[in-house]
Amino acid sequence: MIRLMRFMKPYRWVLVLVVILAAAQALGNLYLPNLFADIVNNGIVKGDTGYIWRLGGLMLLVTMGGTIAAVVGIFFSSRVATGFGKIIRAKLFTRVEQFSLHEFDAVSTSSLITRTTNDTTQVQQVTIVMLNMMITAPITLVAGIILALNQDVGLSWILVVVIPILVAAIVILMLNAIPLFRAMQVKLDKLNLVLDEGLTGVRVVRAFDRQRYEERRFDEANLELTNIAIRVNRMIASLMPIMMLCLNLSSIAILWFGANRINNGQMQLGALIAFLQYAMQILFALLMVSMMFIMLPRAAASADRINEVLDILPEINDPEQAKLADEQRGYVEFQDVTFSYPGAEEPALSNISFSARPGEVTAIIGGTGSGKSTLVSLVPRFYDIDSGRVLVDGVDVREMSQEHLRAKIGLVPQKTVLFSGTIAENIRYGKEDATDEEIRYAAEVAQASDFILAMQNGFDSVIAQGGTNVSGGQKQRLSIARALVRRPEIYMFDDSFSALDFKTDARLRSALRRETRESTVFIVSQRVSTVMDADQIIVLEDGRIAGIGNHRELMKTCEVYRDIVSSQLSTEEIAEEIA
Amino acid sequence: MSEENRERQQRTAAMQQNRGPMGGGWGAMGRPVEKPKNFKGTALRLTRYFLPQKFLLMVVFITAILGTVFNIVGPKILGLAITRLADGLIAKIRFQFSPHPLTAVAPGIDFSYIGTILLILLGLYLISSIFMYVQQFIMAGVAQRTMYRLRREVDEKLSRLPLKYFDSRTHGEIMSRAVNDMDNLSTTLQQSITQLISSFVTLLGVIVLMVTISPLLSLIVLLTLPLSLFVTMGIAKRSQNYFRRQQRALGELNGHVEEMYAGHKIVKAFGREAQSVAEFTERNEKLYEASWRAQFVSGIIMPLMRFIGNIGYVFVAVVGGVMVTQGAIAIGDVTAFIQYAQQFTQPITMLANFANVIQSSMASAERIFELLDEQEEVPETEDATVIEHPDGAVRFEHVRFGYTEDNILMEDMNIDVRPGQMIAIVGPTGAGKTTLVNLLMRFYEVNSGSILVDGVDITDIKRGNLRRTFGMVLQDTWLFNGTIRDNIAYGRENASESEIIQAAKAAYADHFIRTLPGSYSTVLNEDATNISSGQKQLLTIARAFLADPEILILDEATSSVDTRTEMQIQTAMAELMKGRTSFVIAHRLSTIRDAELILVMNHGTIIEKGTHQELLAKNGFYADLYNSQFTGRALLEEAV
Repeated sequence: MIRLMRFMKPYRWVLVLVVILAAAQALGNLYLPNLFADIVNNGIVKGDTGYIWRLGGLMLLVTMGGTIAAVVGIFFSSRVATGFGKIIRAKLFTRVEQFSLHEFDAVSTSSLITRTTNDTTQVQQVTIVMLNMMITAPITLVAGIILALNQDVGLSWILVVVIPILVAAIVILMLNAIPLFRAMQVKLDKLNLVLDEGLTGVRVVRAFDRQRYEERRFDEANLELTNIAIRVNRMIASLMPIMMLCLNLSSIAILWFGANRINNGQMQLGALIAFLQYAMQILFALLMVSMMFIMLPRAAASADRINEVLDILPEINDPEQAKLADEQRGYVEFQDVTFSYPGAEEPALSNISFSARPGEVTAIIGGTGSGKSTLVSLVPRFYDIDSGRVLVDGVDVREMSQEHLRAKIGLVPQKTVLFSGTIAENIRYGKEDATDEEIRYAAEVAQASDFILAMQNGFDSVIAQGGTNVSGGQKQRLSIARALVRRPEIYMFDDSFSALDFKTDARLRSALRRETRESTVFIVSQRVSTVMDADQIIVLEDGRIAGIGNHRELMKTCEVYRDIVSSQLSTEEIAEEIA
Repeated sequence: MSEENRERQQRTAAMQQNRGPMGGGWGAMGRPVEKPKNFKGTALRLTRYFLPQKFLLMVVFITAILGTVFNIVGPKILGLAITRLADGLIAKIRFQFSPHPLTAVAPGIDFSYIGTILLILLGLYLISSIFMYVQQFIMAGVAQRTMYRLRREVDEKLSRLPLKYFDSRTHGEIMSRAVNDMDNLSTTLQQSITQLISSFVTLLGVIVLMVTISPLLSLIVLLTLPLSLFVTMGIAKRSQNYFRRQQRALGELNGHVEEMYAGHKIVKAFGREAQSVAEFTERNEKLYEASWRAQFVSGIIMPLMRFIGNIGYVFVAVVGGVMVTQGAIAIGDVTAFIQYAQQFTQPITMLANFANVIQSSMASAERIFELLDEQEEVPETEDATVIEHPDGAVRFEHVRFGYTEDNILMEDMNIDVRPGQMIAIVGPTGAGKTTLVNLLMRFYEVNSGSILVDGVDITDIKRGNLRRTFGMVLQDTWLFNGTIRDNIAYGRENASESEIIQAAKAAYADHFIRTLPGSYSTVLNEDATNISSGQKQLLTIARAFLADPEILILDEATSSVDTRTEMQIQTAMAELMKGRTSFVIAHRLSTIRDAELILVMNHGTIIEKGTHQELLAKNGFYADLYNSQFTGRALLEEAV
């Protein structure tokens, strides 16, 4: 939390002002009992009505002044706290946008989202509470003690006794309660997990007729949660009564010992009354401060999570002197490339060498985890390799700017991602200045125009967040159109036809074939029928090239490839095939 | 539950929980509140949950009332001591300044009286604190046990709801009711109810005490009441507006963040980082503008209320002071009054606050009750039968079905499957193959006609018995957070260890299980990410082996599985299908060709049925589908 405070820097003068205003407000509130003491001593006891009225007017002025200070203070503190939140969010988002996929893998997307949204909100909320209330509380506490001393030093020992008792009570209680709160959270998570599993697996649960069993599982978790919740709440139940008792006992003590001092002429009546009120304000301020200690751990956890992200430096950066690769178009070459994911024991890809030329289709096939997608993501330099070289148009990808490199590539990823906005906007994402004509054409080639035009607003139909209002196959086709409109040198289709039915798949591929005649095309797939007409098929197994060549060659030379083919087609078909 | 799910849930929980860290406390003022549709009905219904604990609840009420009463009479009694103190003091001063005989005893402060008063006070405060503790202590049990009951009812209700309920809403929606709403209600039950009682008693008691002390001073304090109401209401209205704006801005910002992070690869690949940041900055600025206003307006409620309280304080001090000089009131009463005047605004702010908290809790309760009132599965008939040894014959007779009345998917569907036959279900993705599963397992009811298993209408068979007759090996392999042993044993209750291992062996899963660090006791993590997806499928096959059903429903989809596991899955499935009737959602041509009957589905409807040869001869949708798969090869041949 303290480390995040560096982002408060632009507000440091405003902050000083906020503290001054808070002090003014606190002093105003504390000054009132002082004035009342004067009313009692000089007005009531002496029977001076005029004095009472005059001081009453002064009290009114003081409280007005205090209120104005408070309102102005809150005006500034609201701006500071929300501005602070704004700055943190902006820093986080800008940093995350620089991250390579490597950093995304390390922290996980959902966690990054929570950190940017939830954690910053949490920190901002605590900052607001701290600025609005928590600044005044310590000031009230300190000033109250000083004023109380000023009224009468002889009674102060009561505060000296009560404050530590109160603090000790709060600390002991919290030390006991916090682990219980944590345990309760664990039980709650467990209960939610059981419920969530029951919902996800509702078909299986019913198919196996295991509702009773699931209910028992839930009931167990429910009971555990209930028991611990009762324990926590019972413990917390003692907090308020103890506080109130401390508060009330100290006023009794003040009155008794104060009466004695008054009797001995060591103290005035007004001072006693003022002292009573100060004691109340001090103890309430203490209560507020203790609340701060309850809030802080949560905010501190959020702050830590934010700092963690800000501490990560993006691994992939542009070289200082970026080279341009303008001499060739669409040449991709891997030279003995080895790559491992950070922290992995085994490389994900080892000694990969091949080259791809414009007008050629290079297909990559292999089982899950064989490294297909990894291979494809090395071309746009989503990751940096351990050894070897990846050349695009004759230049090492690490020697050009990421922007220049990626402008050459049209990627259709395995997991289709569309953004909220119209269909046209989504396709235009591939080329910012694309004309309507270009967009229509790209959709046409991607076999998407039929369903787009069937939608109510055609190209202006709105896609919901996450693309939930279009089917998987439609999403894939839009994603393909987005890459097409770019007219890149290199196309990369990473398992991009999986959600299409055979018919659309076939039509799309023959349209693509015409469209991409001039470009270099990479196709990653699990389906033999998708890859078998490629110019070059790379068969991957465990991150190594198990074979490279066209379908016919591989059927003769590569056992891994034959295995894959036979698992997907029946023997007669293979026989037909070879014949 | 996946990490992503949980985090999203926490996010929504945090968004909904616009309440301070202490639950019902501060900061809730002036935020937009969700109102229940039927406050009274919901509250009454909620009350019924407390009935079994009505005795304890009475104790809570009584201790809350007594604790509060004892606490608020404190200042009045303390005032008595101050008055006596002041009287003694003034008498002493007068004595000093007035002529008096030397022998006269100087009047002093009546310490024995003050001492007695303070002892009484001590007793009152002690009892008050004890009562407060007892009340909170008991309430913890009452509230949590009520929540326990409510949660259990919800869970039991969920297991009686038809599948239709789960299919027609998102997972998040149901979870939000069962988790967030429940949480909201729980906090309120725990904290707000007792606070409500004590606030109310305080307000009432303070008014009564003030009036008995001095009607005139009471009038002054009461005059500030409309002022504070006016201020609170006025500000709350404006602030709700700003909070709504803030919430919207936050939603828009978070939406952008989620999209950009989820699509990070695309943003990078298309080099659109700068635009993404620009869009973010714009939304962030909008959020800031709405946020600081919302915070400011809601933030000034507290100081303004304090200001009004202080005005009352000043007037009481002045008017009370003047009255003391005129002997119209005792000084101790004035000091007591000042404390009451301060205590007076507190419960008002609290009550205003509670109004919001309670409304939103009632809205939560209402949503929970809505769930509890959902239409349940069609109950089993009285004389539902149990088929002891089913053969596995399945018949569809004139089945008519649609998820909604205006979208009928099956009209007069007749199928006759003999025991041991294999039925292939073919069609493009999203063709509605799950519909068939839904009907066979009686997850959904047919609109008319009937489905018969071994000649018995499935509506006349006990649900559990019917479903145990079927085994499912679906693509979305559902495994739960538990050991591998427990997951396989899910297929049959009380299965012995050797039966479990036997099933695993039959499913070719035994080998990989034994290579895991904990063997059969390995705990699958929340998303079962510690084993591969192919291994998961093998486990579900093992589960089906153990369950030993007569009829199987299999999904052949084999994407994202490595070649070796793929082979194992195929062999295991073939093994499993031996001697059983099976419905296979087929992707492999060999399976389709071997099937005794092929059902071709599209858009949720069975459009063709017959054997491979018959369907090819028909030259319809199936033939089209079949031929198109080989267009790729045709292209290849062209190229060669």
